[in-house]
Amino acid sequence: MRKIISILLLSIVALGIYLSLTKIPFGVPKSKVGKHYIDEGIKETGAVNIVTSVVVSYRGFDTLGEVTVLFIAATGLAVVLKIGRRKATAVEPASFVLATGCRVLFPLILVFGSYIFIHGHLTPGGGFQGGAIIASAFLLIYLGCRERRINEKAYKSLESLGGLFFVVVGLIGLAVGGYFLLNFLPKGQPYRLLSAGIIPVIYIAIGFKVGSELAGIIDNLIEES
Amino acid sequence: MSFLNSYIYYVGAFGLILIGLYIILVKHNLIKVIIGLGILDTGVNLFLICVGYVAKGTAPIFSRPGTDSEHMVDPVPQALVLTAIVIGVAVLALALSLAIRLYQHYGTLNLRKIREQKW
Repeated sequence: MRKIISILLLSIVALGIYLSLTKIPFGVPKSKVGKHYIDEGIKETGAVNIVTSVVVSYRGFDTLGEVTVLFIAATGLAVVLKIGRRKATAVEPASFVLATGCRVLFPLILVFGSYIFIHGHLTPGGGFQGGAIIASAFLLIYLGCRERRINEKAYKSLESLGGLFFVVVGLIGLAVGGYFLLNFLPKGQPYRLLSAGIIPVIYIAIGFKVGSELAGIIDNLIEES
Repeated sequence: MSFLNSYIYYVGAFGLILIGLYIILVKHNLIKVIIGLGILDTGVNLFLICVGYVAKGTAPIFSRPGTDSEHMVDPVPQALVLTAIVIGVAVLALALSLAIRLYQHYGTLNLRKIREQKW
């Protein structure tokens, strides 16, 4: 009964989507604002990667909101799992080959993640992607060297400092030029590592924040198992 | 048939969204409902990327000076999806943690047997 009603409901939804989608052409440029970002992005922000200039500069305030959503989700997970946690049972250590392999790979993955978020304004990548890669390094450590735990205070404070740094950089822009998240640093030469003003600074802060947040989520979920 | 040819990406994206919605509506196991949530999330991201696509387009990145800017896809939906993926992971983790607690409290993941979750 429930299945039939659901299928009926979804087919009505699908019909509505079909009727509205035929009005949206596929594969043609639709927004003028996207065209403007592509044409003027390098001149206005100094970042070669237009997606990065949209995320951090043009829509920087939205990104602050999204980082806040991520923070709330991670905090909510920690709160839900902290209440009524049982004592952790002793874990069986992983085999020697696995543990050594993880220990060799761990710093390499950390370096790769840092490369991704430091070069966010030049190549594909950025703070969110680099942070996810760094969290995957911690996941590897948790799977390979099972008795190891990251310091809870360290990642909590790193997470908070990353978010605080983002807001402080935005407020400095407000104080200097009258706009929140104003690009107050010199934009420099495009295609150089030290260019685009505050964009790499903010993306490094986001990278640390996302990396420590996702590592904290992994930590909480693994302690539960 | 011409609709399918030109709109196959939209069909795929909304196919994922509808499959996710169907799972959420019909399944009784909470883990399966969360999997449906993940599929729905993927479908929405795919649709946003499809809206910004330009025929024969490349990524909106000037990898070297003098890159052709004529055939670049719209950067705005890409920027949206970039953050939405990471948030999707965090929300999925939050939902799973709630499922863990629910299982410890009721001893079951079947939504029909949990009285407060029945609808």
